[in-house]
Amino acid sequence: MRFELTPRTNSPTVMRIFASVAAFITAFLIAGFVIWLMGRSPIAAFDVYVLQPLSDPWSLQELLVKATPMALIAIGLSYCFRANLWNIGAEGQYVIGAVLGGWLALRTHGTDAGAWLLPLMVLLGIIGGALWGLIPAFLKTRFGVNEILTSLMLVYVAQLILDYLVRGPWRDPKGFNFPQSVTFDPSATLHPILEGGRVHYGAVFAGIAVLVTVIVLGRTLFGYRLKLTGDAPRAARFAGFNSKATTLAVFAISGGLAGLAGISEVSGQIGQLQPSISPGYGFTAITVAFLGRLNPIGILVASLVVALTFIGGESAQIMLKLPLDLTQAFQGILLLCVLAADAMVSYRIRFVTRGGGR
Amino acid sequence: MKADVPPSGPPLVELKGISKRYGDLLANDEIDLSIEPGEIHALLGENGAGKSTLVKILYGVIEPSAGEIRWEGQPITIASPVEARSLGLGMVFQHFSLFDELSVAENIAVALSDDWSLSTVRDKLGEISRTYGLALDADRAVWTLSAGERQRIEIVRCLLQNPRLLILDEPTSVLTPQEAEHLFTTLDRLSEEGCSILYISHKLEEVRRLCRRATILRAGRVVATIDPRASSAREIAALMVGNAVGDIRTDAPHHPQGETLRVSNLSMTPAGLHGQALRDINLVARAGEVVGIAGVAGNGQSELFAALSGERLADHPESIAINGKLSGAMGIDARRRLGAAFVPEERLGHAAAPTHSLSENTLISHAATEVSRSGFILMNAARRVARSIVQGFDVRTPEGDPQARKLSGGNLQKFVIGREIIRRPKLIIVDQPTWGVDAGAARLIRQALVDLAREGSAVVVISQDLDELFEVADRMAVIHQGTLSPLRPIGEWTKEAVGLEMLGVAQAQGGAHAV
Repeated sequence: MRFELTPRTNSPTVMRIFASVAAFITAFLIAGFVIWLMGRSPIAAFDVYVLQPLSDPWSLQELLVKATPMALIAIGLSYCFRANLWNIGAEGQYVIGAVLGGWLALRTHGTDAGAWLLPLMVLLGIIGGALWGLIPAFLKTRFGVNEILTSLMLVYVAQLILDYLVRGPWRDPKGFNFPQSVTFDPSATLHPILEGGRVHYGAVFAGIAVLVTVIVLGRTLFGYRLKLTGDAPRAARFAGFNSKATTLAVFAISGGLAGLAGISEVSGQIGQLQPSISPGYGFTAITVAFLGRLNPIGILVASLVVALTFIGGESAQIMLKLPLDLTQAFQGILLLCVLAADAMVSYRIRFVTRGGGR
Repeated sequence: MKADVPPSGPPLVELKGISKRYGDLLANDEIDLSIEPGEIHALLGENGAGKSTLVKILYGVIEPSAGEIRWEGQPITIASPVEARSLGLGMVFQHFSLFDELSVAENIAVALSDDWSLSTVRDKLGEISRTYGLALDADRAVWTLSAGERQRIEIVRCLLQNPRLLILDEPTSVLTPQEAEHLFTTLDRLSEEGCSILYISHKLEEVRRLCRRATILRAGRVVATIDPRASSAREIAALMVGNAVGDIRTDAPHHPQGETLRVSNLSMTPAGLHGQALRDINLVARAGEVVGIAGVAGNGQSELFAALSGERLADHPESIAINGKLSGAMGIDARRRLGAAFVPEERLGHAAAPTHSLSENTLISHAATEVSRSGFILMNAARRVARSIVQGFDVRTPEGDPQARKLSGGNLQKFVIGREIIRRPKLIIVDQPTWGVDAGAARLIRQALVDLAREGSAVVVISQDLDELFEVADRMAVIHQGTLSPLRPIGEWTKEAVGLEMLGVAQAQGGAHAV
């Protein structure tokens, strides 16, 4: 026996919304079952993972802080993925953005630089990420190298560059030999939006990115160019859209936004450079982009949901002694459920018994 | 194995009251059809008339909503193509399903059941090739073969399973007149041996050449079962289309003037592994005339289209001039701004994006239309343009602004041609304008192209359909292996001369077509 997918002629919006809800419930049920197998109470886990973070002001702020880099990166990735180009190296572009922007912060350390410093750091962060993203794009357009492999491999190069810098030339001389840079000056630090709060201006960047992307993808010829390139590449060429230019543009955009996320994180959240500046935001953002169905508003929501699993995962580790890996497992389960629900809305599944043709 | 049923016996296959409903659409409405043993039966009808649905029901691909199939008088159900094949049905589809890199024998073996080994296939292949005059070299790779030879593979594949009913869907659409005649001889031979044939076609002449009975479908119903030899082509066409078919008006006086397109010594290397190089092409299209380019598929038509449209750039800017401007190095968008328009062969995926709405599809040739301003899409304007194309070119659409893939082939072709013509281009280059399109739509498209030329535009039609070219073209040339014959006025060509050029034997025969 095997099964076949046949496209449904129409799938109403109500069905799509219902399918999303069903996907979430299914994901929670599966995760609950896994937790039960591990000998913990699924109900207590649900409380720790979901209810407590959502009812605590500190956690709610933390939610926004964690969602910010993922939303920024995933928005950028949606440009690539819509055009059927696979940038999976956002983690590396994030790191290089942080390195280049952070370089300026370290360079001006102790010089009492003016208000120009932060905007310039942010700009350098964007440029760093964009340039790092353009490497696989250039290799693809010039030599036909598969962008999936090169963008992924460049992640490790970027991480090792950062590692070298913070252990070597950029190490804080007064830092007791810890591999980390000096703490950024206040003038090189992205401030909290509210005095004493945790949410920094990176969240504003994410908001702007979402709004701009809503307009670009929905209303401009460039947005249509990406959609056409992704859906019918030959028709895109027929429309006069140069595919090489498209490739370079979307990698620059997604790299730039990942770089922006990187510099925002180190200057607004971490406050210095250190070997690890991301719990894998660049990779998780791929999940976020697809959970949000490559739609900017959807990505915003998805980044909050995934941020919740991060925070819930941390408290579950402390309170229930559940491993942190479970968080990643849950993110995977959630993505699979959402994709499966999507498939079931768009396709009818038919089981074919033997004799149904080959 | 061959049927040996006396003429008085039951028909080989009999369809009674076959209906197929898709939602509101009745694709087949109470269809009755019977095929005698050894008969060549024609199934005629426009696209969307329900021919493919009916054939798919017979071949077990889809299940009828109502009705009965009888095989030699016994009611049966055909649940799958596997069952259809085991009954003795064989089908040759319009689009070949062959692996280019595999050899002829390998292609045949993969389609057969597991108890066929490559060597038995090779033996049987030789036997069948000899019996039916279907010359095929078992070890040649498919990509080296002509369309006619590829079709032979599909036919041999069916014959190896000793079919009692062979279904052919538009088999001559890719053949030269000579290759088509060869196919007819094979079919006559099969029919003499008792194999029944269901022959689906738009081309009335060949139906009259082959068949004594034809069933005509229109809008899902049988409108008549006739003897095609006893009716004129015009009567049959009228039955298919539902109203009398008019001839294309081409007789309006016209005086071509001004070179709108000049191609000078255009050469190009092949784009892909199996592409065709273009060699030293020279071509002039003047305002007010239709230039036809005939040729068998795969002789450089798509390469020529890509070079003319700017999807591939020429090595020298001076090899192509549009409206007097050297444009060999210009991209497709720049050429559109010079007043050129293009319609490629593939409707879905090249001319139109299948999953995009019709209004979004107007954006594909956006540079010359008013659907964007400073990088922003004017969605209302795009919808308006789509609506006027739909109205102006009689595009029948399911609902307001449907996805391109929801349209039937003929309607989508009217849309993509309309999208270009509505801009009143100075030059239009069309590759296979009516390929796989029903008679009604084909007539509308040809008329629109001729009208555009009479209004003073230059029209270049690349087509495999000779009848079409003889109908619309003022001057014509033939492309063979990337070389273009000289352009001659249409009156100086005969079908035989064109056929010889298509096969590349014109020169060898000492200019048999010379005037």
